[in-house]
Amino acid sequence: MTISAPETTTTKLENTGALGYKKHTDGGWGLVPIQTRSERFASTDVTDFPAVTGREAAWKLTPVDRVSDLIDGQLDGTEYNFTVTEAPGVSVEWVNRSDARIGTAGKPEDRAAANAWSQVEKALSITISGEESGTVRIERANLGSAPRAAHTVIEAKPLSRGLIILHNTGKARLTENVEIIVGDAANITVVTVQQWDDDAVHLASHFSKVGRDAKIKHVVVTLGGSVVRINPSTHLVGTGADVDALGLYFADAGQHLEQQVYVDHDAPHTRSRVNYKGALQGTGARTVWIGDVLIRQSATGTDSYEQNRNLVLTDGTRADSIPNLEIETGDIAGAGHASATGRFDDEQLFYLQARGIREDEARRLVVRGFLTDIVQQIGDPELQEKLQDAIEQELTRTRLSTDGS
Amino acid sequence: MAVLEIRDLHVSVETDQGTKPILRGVDLTINKGETHAIMGPNGSGKSTLAYTIAGHPKYTVDSGSITLDGQDVLAMSVDERARAGLFLAMQYPVEIPGVTVTNFLRTAKTAIDGEAPPIRHWIKDVKSSMKNLRMDSTFAERNVNEGFSGGEKKRHEILQLELLKPTFAVLDETDSGLDVDALKIVSEGVNRAKENTNLGVLLITHYTRILRYIRPDFVHVFVNGRIAEQGGPELADRLENEGYDRFLTDEATV
Repeated sequence: MTISAPETTTTKLENTGALGYKKHTDGGWGLVPIQTRSERFASTDVTDFPAVTGREAAWKLTPVDRVSDLIDGQLDGTEYNFTVTEAPGVSVEWVNRSDARIGTAGKPEDRAAANAWSQVEKALSITISGEESGTVRIERANLGSAPRAAHTVIEAKPLSRGLIILHNTGKARLTENVEIIVGDAANITVVTVQQWDDDAVHLASHFSKVGRDAKIKHVVVTLGGSVVRINPSTHLVGTGADVDALGLYFADAGQHLEQQVYVDHDAPHTRSRVNYKGALQGTGARTVWIGDVLIRQSATGTDSYEQNRNLVLTDGTRADSIPNLEIETGDIAGAGHASATGRFDDEQLFYLQARGIREDEARRLVVRGFLTDIVQQIGDPELQEKLQDAIEQELTRTRLSTDGS
Repeated sequence: MAVLEIRDLHVSVETDQGTKPILRGVDLTINKGETHAIMGPNGSGKSTLAYTIAGHPKYTVDSGSITLDGQDVLAMSVDERARAGLFLAMQYPVEIPGVTVTNFLRTAKTAIDGEAPPIRHWIKDVKSSMKNLRMDSTFAERNVNEGFSGGEKKRHEILQLELLKPTFAVLDETDSGLDVDALKIVSEGVNRAKENTNLGVLLITHYTRILRYIRPDFVHVFVNGRIAEQGGPELADRLENEGYDRFLTDEATV
């Protein structure tokens, strides 16, 4: 094998740095990719985005052929049916798309989100004003199989507290935007649970804007659906703003579960913790986790850590895990990232088996243990119990599949 | 009368440098109720014997046999051996995040007995065993071995020994890293198990100290993968005075 020398180009003066180093050319394509996450193009108008090829940073790990109708097509943007269990201090209502809050938390960074934004007619508004934490459950079970757009605005007034559960089941072909405006010193939890039918497709962008001394716990739990991609981004704009971004996913054969998590530290003394955990089983089970953390020059004293862990249960699966950390200031309290994708630890298995526990039961015990710390942080016992049961169901499938092989 | 028999056992392990033989013909017979101490210098193969009895996949049995009441232990999976009545108290128990001690103990007990223990009885048993081992009650809600100190890990191993009630227990350097107080507590646990269930014990240790608290019926000196000498408790006293030098010199001259 011969290795040819890279083509040399004449070094122009403007390409030479202070020490005489040549400027990095990015392979000499003549195209410099976006270097900073915050500079990624954003627009609420679908026509501002070029046609999706599947090679874009936002789409390159997504099966775009399975979601093309949501990226380009006609969408139903009308009101849909949902059920809600309300709590004091929280109001839920439909609002027009002219509502002043819409567009204040963030803007679409991909064509599917912009397509939803362009076609949605009404937005679901959830306003939290109570200072005593109440729990609101919104169940969406009848979205149907026609392509649909949705928009949700969650506003937590200053000093308010609350737990919002968005629970998704049944059929869906949905692209949507969720804006979460967390007022100063508010403290809220938003949980989105995807237990869709096997053929459902769901693309979502969540935009949180977190004010001074405010705190949001954002949890994404995805168990069911054919292609489910939830991209939560959190903009920490107030001094002392704080986010816990948690996720749990369990991909079976043929399922594509993806999350692109972005935390933008844009004020001093902000804190973020990102922790996503996933399990994969069955041929073609695929998960994607991209975690971008940006610590801007303005974000001195920031404390940040992100991690993703994947547990592979069978052959034939693929887990992508891509942590990115950009730091623009030297004055930070901490910043770190971790990513690990592994099979069962054989020593754990040995320990449990040495106590008489059968291999399949031991595996289930370990997976349950692996995922349970995310579930335990949700803060709603009823939902936690439901999710533990749902994980049990998934694990029963593992046993069947290993028995069958 | 239950009996654990090891005959001409040869075991090797795969290393980066190739296959390395560790056990070179071990013969040992342990009757129920007996306590056998296996002593020897580092690297003599003591732990390999322990893990081979338990069935750790890292070790390859090249020849020989292990039988429990005539049943072929080597043909059993790791969990089958445990259900047949064998127990290994490990030197370095692993952490199992997300699995609480309570959940783990109940799952193991159910697996060993083939049915879930009656709940009230079980809770009482766990509580009193924990109390005997001076373990705080909050221990039960912690994750298995997660953040446990060295002493807590060993107590947790003996807690399992007392609750799972095996026929034979292999204790792999259970005394290592314990201070005298913890050593006494752990030894009391082993002695209780011997008294209550007539447990047969294979006690693997580098030091004679634990033998002051757990009295062995037989002492075997392990050198270079086989038993170099055996005798009664008096052999342990001699080792305490002389150390292993005598055996190591013998080995060098062979």
